[in-house]
Amino acid sequence: MIWLDTLVQGILLGGLYALFAAGLSLVFGIMRLVNLAHGDLIVLAAYLVLMGVTLLGLSPWVAALVAMPLMFALGWLLQAAVLNRVLGKDILPPLLVTFGLSVALQNGLLEAFSADSRRIPAGTLEGASLDLGQVTVGVMPLMTFASAIAAIVALNGLFYHTALGRAFRATSDDAVTAGLMGIEPKQVFAVATGIAMVVVTLAALYLGMRANFDPSIGPARLIYAFEAVIIGGLGSLWGTLAGGIIIGVAQTAGAAVNPEWQILAGHIAFLTVMLLKPRGLFPRAVD
Amino acid sequence: MLETHGLTANYGQFRALFGVDITVAAGECVAIIGANGAGKSTLMRSIAGVIRNAAAMVVHRGEPIGALSSAEIMKRGIAMVPEGRRLFASLTVEENLLIGGQARKAPGPWSLDAVYQLFPVLRERRKSPGTALSGGQQQMVAIGRALMSNPELLLCDEISLGLAPVVIRDIYAALPKIREGGAAIVVVEQDIGKALAVADRVYCMMEGRVTLVSKAAEVTRRQIHAAYFGEAA
Repeated sequence: MIWLDTLVQGILLGGLYALFAAGLSLVFGIMRLVNLAHGDLIVLAAYLVLMGVTLLGLSPWVAALVAMPLMFALGWLLQAAVLNRVLGKDILPPLLVTFGLSVALQNGLLEAFSADSRRIPAGTLEGASLDLGQVTVGVMPLMTFASAIAAIVALNGLFYHTALGRAFRATSDDAVTAGLMGIEPKQVFAVATGIAMVVVTLAALYLGMRANFDPSIGPARLIYAFEAVIIGGLGSLWGTLAGGIIIGVAQTAGAAVNPEWQILAGHIAFLTVMLLKPRGLFPRAVD
Repeated sequence: MLETHGLTANYGQFRALFGVDITVAAGECVAIIGANGAGKSTLMRSIAGVIRNAAAMVVHRGEPIGALSSAEIMKRGIAMVPEGRRLFASLTVEENLLIGGQARKAPGPWSLDAVYQLFPVLRERRKSPGTALSGGQQQMVAIGRALMSNPELLLCDEISLGLAPVVIRDIYAALPKIREGGAAIVVVEQDIGKALAVADRVYCMMEGRVTLVSKAAEVTRRQIHAAYFGEAA
């Protein structure tokens, strides 16, 4: 039964990784931008939610709802004022800029919040669990997984069933021709990054309620997100969920064998998928 | 309705247009002919804002638009059918049509239904990916997509390129119906016969300059030959 439990816990952990990765996947899918500050933006959002809880006395859920429009605005501004200037045929400038942003964010958070580990208090939810007979699952991991599914369903709905989603896909296909349709690619990119930051806030809420965080943990979250996106196939949101689940299951399986192997097992799973399917499990046909 | 004044355009160090002056009146059909590399497509791309210029070089309804983005120009009612069709690969036929009209909601004869009436085959293929269609059907989507914004000026860049003659005939048969809807049309075309048959006036270009302006009905083969190849008429 321990393996069934490991599998279930791994799948649920995959939900958190999928949440880390969904925003990254969205941004990459639309503008081929790899945001190296993505993990640090998750940590920033976690501190925003924490401030809402500790300074304003809000519940974590309300604090996240308050943080979401703020993070949308931050993402929009970041894209409009900085990243749009460096997007182009050369992929190096955006990488360098987002790497610099990552360093600046980590140091800024360190100045503002110190290196102490923090946690978003979730009350009784922290230890709550459901007995499903052969396995017991935590309510929080279950909610994380459900939120990941909800986020991906919502993003897919936006992507494939709205005018904005059409503009996203058209701009991703051919930005010059999208311009001829009256679409300003740079505005579309700014909205996309804003939406990615809303998903980042959701990821930050669960990150902060499930585990301790400090200003230095962003890059590791970025790696997990990256691996999930690449395993799934660049730009595919359901693929990103599958990628998150594969890393989550690999990590919990590794930890079940030997706790020291948890992180390594996730990376080995990533490398194995890359070896067998270099374009990921669900690559987009047009890539 | 649309004028260019001394329009120039460069690709890096290479100058592609040398002071081009053209005018298009409301509801008029103008053909632009010329050999490969004459600057016809560059002229279209400059008017549509894909290549930006000095503001005063392109004037629409008395306002300088040469420096505007292609999106801003499209919202003013100038739509383009680009060379090579350039359909969006991730969008279905219907989505390709819908995206043409989502940024500019102007009253006019064109809607999804009207485009399907103009090109009935598209209704049957509306759920297919745009790029899964034949070349001729893709061209119909590209034209329909531009019509969806109910433009007052439609720029058609090489709409017969690479298509079978029977398909070209169908595409050109649609142009008079588009004119009935009130839009002015600029057709860039290498097939001189096709261009002259639909146009009111014709401009011939060579090496980035206009070498001939004439009413389509009055132009002679000899004049075209001279303007096309730079020989004395």
